[in-house]
Amino acid sequence: MHRIIRNIRVMDPHDGFDAVADLAMADGRIVARGTLPADFMAEEVLDGSGLIACPGFIETSFQAHTPGHGRDGDLASELRAALVGGVTQVLLRPDTQPMADTPAVLQEQRVLADRLALAKVHLSGALTTQLQGAALTEMAGLAEAGAIAFSQAKEPVPSAALLRLALSYAADLGLPVLLHGEEPALAAHGVMHEGHLSIRLGLTGRPAAAEQIGVQRDIAIAALSGCPIHFPHLSTAAAVAEVTAARQRGEPVTCGVSIHHLLLTEQDVGFFNLHAKTLPPLRSAAERDALRHALATGVITAISSDHSPWGVDREGMTFTQAPFGIAAVEWLLPLALRLVDEGVVDMMTVLSLLSVGPAQALGLPAPSLAAGATADLCIFDPESYFTVEPARQWSRGRNLPYGQWELRGQVRYTLVEGRVVFRG
Amino acid sequence: MSAATFRFGEGNPQYDAQGRLRHLLSTEGLRERELLQILDTAESFLSIAHRSVKKTPTLRGRTIVNLFFENSTRTRSTFELAAKRLSADVLNIAVSTSSASKGESLMDTVNNLMAMQVDGFVIRHPEAGAAHLVARHLGDSALVVNAGDGQHAHPTQALLDVFTIRRLAGPIEDRVVAIVGDVLHSRVARSQIHALSILGCPEIRVIGPRTLVPEALSALGVHVYHDLQAGLRGVDVICALRLQRERMESHRLPSLDEFHRRFGLTPERLQWAEPGALVLHPGPINRGVEIASEVADGAQAVILKQVAHGLAVRMAVLTILAGAAGGE
Repeated sequence: MHRIIRNIRVMDPHDGFDAVADLAMADGRIVARGTLPADFMAEEVLDGSGLIACPGFIETSFQAHTPGHGRDGDLASELRAALVGGVTQVLLRPDTQPMADTPAVLQEQRVLADRLALAKVHLSGALTTQLQGAALTEMAGLAEAGAIAFSQAKEPVPSAALLRLALSYAADLGLPVLLHGEEPALAAHGVMHEGHLSIRLGLTGRPAAAEQIGVQRDIAIAALSGCPIHFPHLSTAAAVAEVTAARQRGEPVTCGVSIHHLLLTEQDVGFFNLHAKTLPPLRSAAERDALRHALATGVITAISSDHSPWGVDREGMTFTQAPFGIAAVEWLLPLALRLVDEGVVDMMTVLSLLSVGPAQALGLPAPSLAAGATADLCIFDPESYFTVEPARQWSRGRNLPYGQWELRGQVRYTLVEGRVVFRG
Repeated sequence: MSAATFRFGEGNPQYDAQGRLRHLLSTEGLRERELLQILDTAESFLSIAHRSVKKTPTLRGRTIVNLFFENSTRTRSTFELAAKRLSADVLNIAVSTSSASKGESLMDTVNNLMAMQVDGFVIRHPEAGAAHLVARHLGDSALVVNAGDGQHAHPTQALLDVFTIRRLAGPIEDRVVAIVGDVLHSRVARSQIHALSILGCPEIRVIGPRTLVPEALSALGVHVYHDLQAGLRGVDVICALRLQRERMESHRLPSLDEFHRRFGLTPERLQWAEPGALVLHPGPINRGVEIASEVADGAQAVILKQVAHGLAVRMAVLTILAGAAGGE
């Protein structure tokens, strides 16, 4: 299929290109950006006036409950939600049911994803069996089954000795490892940030120090083998400072942050609002501001929606019983544009944090809109304003604290390898 | 349940859309006049207890369910008696937490009882926020009184405590109050602190070891002490808290004896406070741990009066919440 998009503002964080131009696509690739070849004939011509085209986004932390029981969403429902958010590539988290710790589970995920042909699905294998941190998984087998990374999802590895072995083993295979940095004993039983609000609500807190200690330890252990590691969802200034120091020493450590930790604080838990229960927990306003600062200085290189859908069954649970997680991948771009509107970072930086940064962390090809690049695109209207209606999500998840938020920047088209997979 | 009934983050769920007190979930955020109304109404019920006919027709025809997911003697029986003295029909349901399959069973239990057209729930649950969850679910269709949720709140206990202080120690605006013991894990202490603050208590202190009384508690507007003698100086009212044995298992204390050595209330240590200082305890007491028998049975202790006051306060709460429902 040959396609032309005319008069569209192209913003390409890969090379900084930012101009109104025409885009030509053929056979899943960008053929031209700017002046089109005179003989290029298209079957479809779209008018891009007033819209912005950018590389499709890459979600580094995506829970689709596949395999799983389906009540909280499945690969089909959650990938559709991702496309609504302009996300063209996702990395599945291994904390599925059963967990993605054997090649057979990854093979099943691959078959399902290929059959759906929606967003591109990348697989991760669990770093340790059942994510329990007690035994290594068959990592070579997982890599053969398609894993592009190994991950601990939301579980720390309690034993420093085992983590050392797991990272050494993973380093042989040349794949990055995604870690949840947190000292488990210090965070035990915690359901929210340990701070003023946890004291008021009588809920057990997870102190910020637990994350700092966990991240510090994980970095020191990774340095023993040189294994590249990525923390997809840091929440504290102290932990980010540990990553900064490691990078200055030249160690292959990167970190990302969830959009929720950039927009919300512990106060959003309010009166036991379990839609604001996530892991790591929402922190203080000072931590949020420090994370925003780290975005602006380039220490944090990726923004994730940390997509974790839970269906209506969760609504009847108490705050302590309810599982962690927020499902908001559909609003990832509009939520991230809040950072532009609030003067935290400019639009090009936001687009980079949603595409280029995640690709680097996962070792994927750099997303781009230059000629020759894969035609994975998000096309959005920066001036379309709307109200978030959780009940009308594509995602099966109803757990998001953004109900009735006024946002801008609805996605109009999402293209994966030149195919229009979503029209809004 | 429909999404319409579930709107998190819309302010204090104990008020209805018109700002009327519809449920009693926490003392936090109560208006002073509402608190005073409860206390003044309780005064009038206190006298009823001394009549030969102890009933009023206030809640005739209404059904109140005592839904207890945790053991309780005092709270459950005073709520039951309070409802009965108001002529309500009372249903007592004790759900042992081991047999409850968690979460769904709480809401399903409530839904089943609602199908029987009950008018109110008194709920005790081991998890913080349980009463909020039920209140949010029920909205205006039934009243909810929180009889203790995890470590969060126990508002009627706090109300009976401030009622006791007001009656026996004089105006709260002039009294220094100290709460002694495991404040961190205490729903009673949290509710006391909010109630005392709203009533204008000039100084609220919390006293205990740092493992049970962390500095972070100062966020609640209290003064934190880790030394009993310093903490009791100038104090008019001492609220002791029950010490749970679990605190030993979680290594927050080396032993019960060690706690008594540092923070146990003995006759000698009472001298550190103002002469005649009032001693309260929510019960059940651990004799020889947080409080010595000589103090618990002594002239300054008002522990049994608190129980009598609890009945009057719970009658007042049920009356006022039922009145807001428009049935009076």
